[in-house]
Amino acid sequence: MPILIVAVGVAMSVFLHAYITGLMNDSIEMNAKLSFGHVKVVTKSFAENISQMPTDLALLETTALKEKLNQEFPDVAWVERIQFGGLIDAPDENGETKSQGPALGIGVDLFSASTGQGGEAERMGMAKSLVRGRLPEMKGEIVLSELFSQKLGVNPGDKITLIGSTMNGAMSYYNFILAGTLSFGVQVMDKGTIVADIEDVRLALDMDDAATEITGLFGSGYFSADLAADVKEKFLSDFPNLENDEYAPVMLSLKDQGSMGQFVDLSNTMGSIITFVFMLAMSLVLWNAGLLGGIRRYGEFGIRLAMGEEKKQVYRTLVYESVMIGIAGSVFGTAIGLFFAWLMQTYGLDLGDSMKGSSMMMPTIIRARITPVDFYIGFLPGIVSTLIGAMLAGIGIYKRKTSQLFKELEA
Amino acid sequence: MENSAIIQINQLIKRFPMGKGEFTALKGINLDFGTGEFAGLIGPSGSGKTTLLNIIGSLDMPTEGEAVVLGKPISKLSSKESAKLRKESLGFIFQSYNLLQVHTVFENVEFPLLLLDYTTAERKKMVMDALEWVGLTDKVKSKPPQLSGGECQRVAIARAMVKKPSLVLADEPTANLDAANSHNILQTMLNLNRELKTTFIFATHDEKVIGYLKRKIFLKDGLVDHEEWINQ
Ligand SMILES: Nc1ncnc2c1ncn2[C@@H]1O[C@H](COP(=O)(O)OP(=O)(O)OP(=O)(O)O)[C@@H](O)[C@H]1O
Ligand SMILES: [Mg+2]
Repeated sequence: MPILIVAVGVAMSVFLHAYITGLMNDSIEMNAKLSFGHVKVVTKSFAENISQMPTDLALLETTALKEKLNQEFPDVAWVERIQFGGLIDAPDENGETKSQGPALGIGVDLFSASTGQGGEAERMGMAKSLVRGRLPEMKGEIVLSELFSQKLGVNPGDKITLIGSTMNGAMSYYNFILAGTLSFGVQVMDKGTIVADIEDVRLALDMDDAATEITGLFGSGYFSADLAADVKEKFLSDFPNLENDEYAPVMLSLKDQGSMGQFVDLSNTMGSIITFVFMLAMSLVLWNAGLLGGIRRYGEFGIRLAMGEEKKQVYRTLVYESVMIGIAGSVFGTAIGLFFAWLMQTYGLDLGDSMKGSSMMMPTIIRARITPVDFYIGFLPGIVSTLIGAMLAGIGIYKRKTSQLFKELEA
Repeated sequence: MENSAIIQINQLIKRFPMGKGEFTALKGINLDFGTGEFAGLIGPSGSGKTTLLNIIGSLDMPTEGEAVVLGKPISKLSSKESAKLRKESLGFIFQSYNLLQVHTVFENVEFPLLLLDYTTAERKKMVMDALEWVGLTDKVKSKPPQLSGGECQRVAIARAMVKKPSLVLADEPTANLDAANSHNILQTMLNLNRELKTTFIFATHDEKVIGYLKRKIFLKDGLVDHEEWINQ
């Protein structure tokens, strides 16, 4: 029975840790995939004005640059993207403006096979986010966020026009067919986002072989600040940061971008605090269980002492047993905790509608994430607390007179 | 009538701290016990029976005076030495049996032997002998919760007797038993006293027990009031 208590406590600790790690991680990964990348390469001046998405400061000759990045960092998946601002104009039957709205555009490689597993559509979770219509299947097709399409009063199949400015500062008009609408479940993205194929965007904005950024995602699928720092360092030695070249490529890690750095740090801190508080609570529970377990056995100890067992020996067996219980419970509990964490990592928990409309960039499906820490984190409350509880209970063996131990048994 | 003294108690005083002051439970006891006695401490509740028995059993320490048990001065024993004395020479029987609930009858009786150097085969034989004395050979594998009160107390007697100690201390052994069971276990103990020459000291106010005693020591307010010897 004590093993079960320890196991449950340990399992909860392990699961919670994996859950929190997963929760924090999912938010970060979602942000990384949708826009920030784990690392990204932009021009120096673009980096300085990143919030304005200045297409005129885009990277040039990106095909060659991407090729080079692929060679230097084969473990990172590199993709070209264009982030741009513009106006979407929905015409009526007569070609007159029916409605208009400002748009945040992302041009990604939707069609070529070179973007790796599932491509960009998969990476951005577009299929899962589809509300109406279908995803773009050929050039000239585009998707809008569902909210935006409602605001504009357009439906799949309608013609819409992007009014933007080219890299050289000229006005540009480009016609698209609306293929479908998306809901990312993230307010920032759902307000006025358009997703188009990067080649269309290049045509529309006169950005031949250019991209505002080349985004890199780590092969592990998870952001690591250490890895990002390594990649950045290597990049710096390959592409020295020239003082006077405004268009020189520079690398930004996820943490360098806007509030993401704070978000990552906050996530880690929050995760640590929650885990710490929970572990502390769990430790107290198990410590108490160990103490009570020991006190409940005072009668037994009394008998054993009366039979002529030495106090030291009785104390030692109590401590030894508690360590055994702690180890068994921790191993068992870690296994159970990891199992549930694994279930949650593999299948996730769909919070669905309850999360919709949240202003935070939070994913709707919560997944746990098992990290190496989970394999040993449960042992702390599991063994140490149980042991401390037993040791404290054991002090009673020394402090009390043997005859007193019986009184407690008889009571 | 007894040949050698197994216990010598001299001016024994026991005080317990109580609130700010002290409470004197034993106020100067002088008693000797010889080998093979079947004696009892008799007295009303609070007269100090258990306190005296605990000191003889080295479960508690005298405040003043001395109790020499099997040649060992209790007040001067370290906890290790008193454990050794209990392990080798003393058996205890308690009012509430005090069996280990999760262990079988066999394991309960075997326990004192595990602290001594016996082989498994020796232990098995000794346990079975002890269970034979108390008539419980058919309950070897039972656990205490499955036994009646009388059976539990017989297990406790077997446990106290299994190592054939020189001295058995029994505190109210019949308090939780009916008349038939009380007589049964008393007869068992009397037989063991005769066959093994084990010294028994009881603490009791049960008339049934008193009827079996060969020496009755009446305690009152922490002092020996008077004694009665029954000669057969
Ligand atoms: N640990 C203790 N602390 C304080 N007082 C105690 C302690 N143990 C016993 N006493 C007191 O000493 C006196 C004698 O107690 P003892 O247990 O020896 O009585 P007893 O003769 O065995 O009584 P009973 O027949 O009820 O078992 C009692 O007044 C009791 O309250
Ligand atoms: Mg008593």
